[in-house]
Amino acid sequence: MHTSGISIWFFIGVMLTIYGAMILGYGLYELSLPQMAVANFHASIWWGAVLLAAGVFYGVRFRPGHAE
Amino acid sequence: MTLYCELSEISASSEQRREGFLHESGSRVDKYRSKAIYLRANVRAFLGQIHPLSGDVMFGLVPASIAAGLPSSSAALLALGAPSLAHLSLLDIAVIAIYFVMVIWIGFYLKSKANTSEEFFMAGREMTAWIAGLSFVSANLGSLELMGWAGSAYQYGILAAHWYWIGAIPAMLFLGMVMMPFYYVCKTHSVPGYLKLRYGQGSSTVAAVSFAFMTVLMSGVNMFAMAEVMKIVLGWDLNFSIIVSSLAVAAYVALGGLRSAIFNEVLQFVLIWGGALLVPILGLIETGGWTGFKARLAHNIATGATPGGDYTHMWRSMGHFADNPMGIHWTGIVFGLGFAISFGYWTTDFLVVQRVLAANSLRSARLAPVIGSFFKMAVPFIVILPGLLGLVVLQNSDGSLMHLVGENVVAAHPGAGLHSYNEVLPLMMVRYLGPGLLGLGITALIAGFMSGMAGNVSAFTAIFTYDIYQPHIVKHARDEHYVLVGRIVTIVGVVISIGAAYLVMNAAGIMDYVQALFSFFISPLLGVVLLGMFWKRATRAGGFYGLLMGTLTSIGLWAWVYFYPSALRYVALSPDAKGMAENMYRALWSVTTAVGVNVIVSLFTKPRSLSELAGVVYGATPLPTEEPVPLYKNEWFWTAIAIIIFLALNIYFW
Repeated sequence: MHTSGISIWFFIGVMLTIYGAMILGYGLYELSLPQMAVANFHASIWWGAVLLAAGVFYGVRFRPGHAE
Repeated sequence: MTLYCELSEISASSEQRREGFLHESGSRVDKYRSKAIYLRANVRAFLGQIHPLSGDVMFGLVPASIAAGLPSSSAALLALGAPSLAHLSLLDIAVIAIYFVMVIWIGFYLKSKANTSEEFFMAGREMTAWIAGLSFVSANLGSLELMGWAGSAYQYGILAAHWYWIGAIPAMLFLGMVMMPFYYVCKTHSVPGYLKLRYGQGSSTVAAVSFAFMTVLMSGVNMFAMAEVMKIVLGWDLNFSIIVSSLAVAAYVALGGLRSAIFNEVLQFVLIWGGALLVPILGLIETGGWTGFKARLAHNIATGATPGGDYTHMWRSMGHFADNPMGIHWTGIVFGLGFAISFGYWTTDFLVVQRVLAANSLRSARLAPVIGSFFKMAVPFIVILPGLLGLVVLQNSDGSLMHLVGENVVAAHPGAGLHSYNEVLPLMMVRYLGPGLLGLGITALIAGFMSGMAGNVSAFTAIFTYDIYQPHIVKHARDEHYVLVGRIVTIVGVVISIGAAYLVMNAAGIMDYVQALFSFFISPLLGVVLLGMFWKRATRAGGFYGLLMGTLTSIGLWAWVYFYPSALRYVALSPDAKGMAENMYRALWSVTTAVGVNVIVSLFTKPRSLSELAGVVYGATPLPTEEPVPLYKNEWFWTAIAIIIFLALNIYFW
């Protein structure tokens, strides 16, 4: 939807980038906590990374002024 | 797997209960529950007292500062110290706050794009198929629906998925491939607008007034239910949730109109998946996949830990009303849910149809419901599956299996630490999601509420302005006037919704009646619209009396069963039928009556000439030919794929 200027996908990209960075950052911080050394699936890390990657993709792909 | 909240520890010492439990990851969980959760909307839906599909939700709400680490005075002001399932960390609060900033930012950004009535009410008819399709599904994907159907899955098993598959997919595809051309070609602004073109002002006004009235009332009812959910899950104050969420929705819809509502619905759709998808993924990892889950469930049933029943098949127990816990027969599912209710909701409820009418071309308008159908088929993964997984992974403090119970049981045993079926989704979120992720999950619930509420408000605004104000109050005014009216009506709609929420808060029994009221109008409308669209002989009088008698039939049957419960055996065709079956058969009889009366009256009244019906009736409407496109862009191709997947899912889970 580009007729209105900024695409909705850009907004989504920005939001996912912020969320991804926050959650990934916390996941990495969690690794430094001794009690978190036990085995788990580190969902914050990989889910945060997924959100961050998707956010960066959409943010760049649909950035204002960039033709789709 | 390290769980962020061991629900097995939900009954700790009294001191811990007061303080809340700080888990190793930092996620805090209160250890007790002293108040029943009243997800009345969905509870009633499960009992068959409301339109099962109108559980689409309509609220929003806002962050409260109950986070660990926030000044206790701030928390007390907002949360009033209510006990809750989970407390949020600062990171969670930040996630929620960012969502609200984004929503308001979008509203302000789009304000300059909503200057004409076409822009404000129809989003300029510029939506691509993807945007319209995601918005189409998102407007229906509310938090009460997410939580309610997850609870239903815990209680009834995968039978609950009928409401996502046969209860949605055929109707969505029918809307896109068969009905959409007529809606789109006649350039109507609304479903009552179509009725005006086809049957005249009388039917249109009846439909518009009933829809507008019920939309804002339902918005208020669900707003209250949502606020109660947030009070129980997070301890947020009812007033705080209602007022702040309403203000946010009013702001972005009044500023940017339908375009803003659609933008935010797409944003919310992504959030719902981003926040909720992790729960079933981690649940499946813990149980060893679908096969592992079924093995654990079978073991629990064999040992008596879980009540016996077929939780993983959809059709095998539909041979007789008494063979399944819902008390439904397959004819009720196929003809009642799959046709009368589903087609009524997905093809004539303006709340969802409005999104597709905003598409930028006929092809986009036809593709939008098809695209939406794929996501609708996938929703059970984030709704039904967590409910099923809860059957085997939720545990008490002693390691025994946790048993969720009905609302009435929870209410009858305050302080016993019981949890209701409807709490299964938040319980699963608290179990698996750590700081940040939990905030994302809660944001998904908030987004669901807000998308539903924005959908209702934007639909109410368009219906009131186009189908009530313009034809009856100020017929000829400048375009700017109607845009201004639309902005004002948006605010008024939200204010009425808030009033309805407080009305329900003080007289909760009203909720049942309001929701039953909503169900009275949808199915008869389907009979009238379908006949009008595909039978040239249908007349104005036929449409009006069909709509009237169909509605009266629905009301009459509901009242009959309400005052004489034994009448259920006649309405639902079996003494073993339960409340949900009544809902389905009542809808079926209502459609049948509407069609029958329409046909009979039409045959005795003068039909309109063919030229008058151009653009609104099959056989009198030359459909525009569209440019050929590659197969992967063809709407029929994707419809065929959707049908194949729909059939495969039903066969696999037969």
